[in-house]
Amino acid sequence: MLTKRIIACLDVDGGRVVKGVQFENLRDAGDPAELAKIHGASGADEIVLLDISAAHERRATLLDTVQRAARQLFIPFTVGGGIRTLEDAAAVFWAGADKISINSAALAEPTLITGIAERFGSQAVVVAIDAKRCEGASHWEAFTRGGRAKTGRDAVEWAREAEGRGAGEILLTSMDRDGTGSGFDCDLTRAVADSVRIPVIASGGAGGAQHFVEVFREGHADAALAASIFHYGFSRLADLKQEIGSQGIPVRWPC
Amino acid sequence: MIAIVDYGAGNLVSVKKALDWVGQECAITSDPGEVAKATKIVLPGVGHFASTAALARTGLQDVISDAIARGIPFLGICVGMQWMFERSQESPDTRGLGVLSGECERFPANMKSPHVGWNQLVVDSSSRLLRGVPLASFVYFTHSFRAPASETTVACCEYGGQFSAAVERDHLFGVQFHPEKSGEIGLKVLANFCEL
Repeated sequence: MLTKRIIACLDVDGGRVVKGVQFENLRDAGDPAELAKIHGASGADEIVLLDISAAHERRATLLDTVQRAARQLFIPFTVGGGIRTLEDAAAVFWAGADKISINSAALAEPTLITGIAERFGSQAVVVAIDAKRCEGASHWEAFTRGGRAKTGRDAVEWAREAEGRGAGEILLTSMDRDGTGSGFDCDLTRAVADSVRIPVIASGGAGGAQHFVEVFREGHADAALAASIFHYGFSRLADLKQEIGSQGIPVRWPC
Repeated sequence: MIAIVDYGAGNLVSVKKALDWVGQECAITSDPGEVAKATKIVLPGVGHFASTAALARTGLQDVISDAIARGIPFLGICVGMQWMFERSQESPDTRGLGVLSGECERFPANMKSPHVGWNQLVVDSSSRLLRGVPLASFVYFTHSFRAPASETTVACCEYGGQFSAAVERDHLFGVQFHPEKSGEIGLKVLANFCEL
């Protein structure tokens, strides 16, 4: 049976892993290559590295970081953050990424999705959507620029367009839940997952095993991603997967 | 030297990195002359079956056919494995190599497609390619079309019905999953191919 994927995410700034609570108050959490390897060995099904560096000179270290992380990683490896052109994407692929994740650039120039998919295959293109619930309503707006700018686009409608343009997966982050540890946004995840045929990765809000079980069962997610719960030793991935598996969710365990 | 055949479809860095890791001398090449000299051939592939039309156009197909006739071990990965069959519903006008009989087909309409993620193998223990691979191992897939199970199947996988996760006949091998992305199990499969 196809298993539900548990994905470890490394938010990287200037070559170091950091994790913010609702995109602010960043703390240092270590070396990306080292953490990627540890997560892989302890049962992560996939690694996502998101470069959140704003300053251009700090971004120059990204390719070096990707190369170091990829060297000993033999599970799927996605890299995102600041990829604006086909050339940016190609450089990240040559450094060792299997998939790239694009967000702001895809919203600004949706043909970029098709361009990268035609050259590297749809399976290599993840469209990341940062979504925030509209006040008092059951729909969600897509945000851009690391959650700083409104787009006026409905998140579900944008996910469908991204699929049509060649995206292979949707990485869906709930801005309302990100960093809170209060659980994934199952309503948001289900709304998107039921509207597209491609896999949807739920992100934002993981605090414990029960949250993963909920987002797979009620949110219809194909995969779920978390960062902070793994980095500081709050939860060992192996224990987490065992707990999720014991509740009847198919997971890759033992690996 | 192992030739990793580059026909312009996708990123071959991960395959090279994994073969480097298992200690094999290998090179990514699109040069038919280089492929002709190889001791083993790996044909990766992602994306659309139609992209394999480049193999016939560039002369790589003739070189690969000739190498196979000389007994050179061949490993097709993902679309590279699908190309070993006669054709695919994904691109009916594109001819496969046809060293294995049959046609690659869609997943049933009620299944989410593509099939992405870790799924379990049912391994035929007589396989040389899968020697030492535990019978119910997990490996990583990402594909929208599949080869039906047949007499050359050495590992099955279940997703909306059974399909071929690995095929094998003489010195011809194919895997629908990505051994370069399937952790220790995948590296074992690549090491087995290298040791043939």
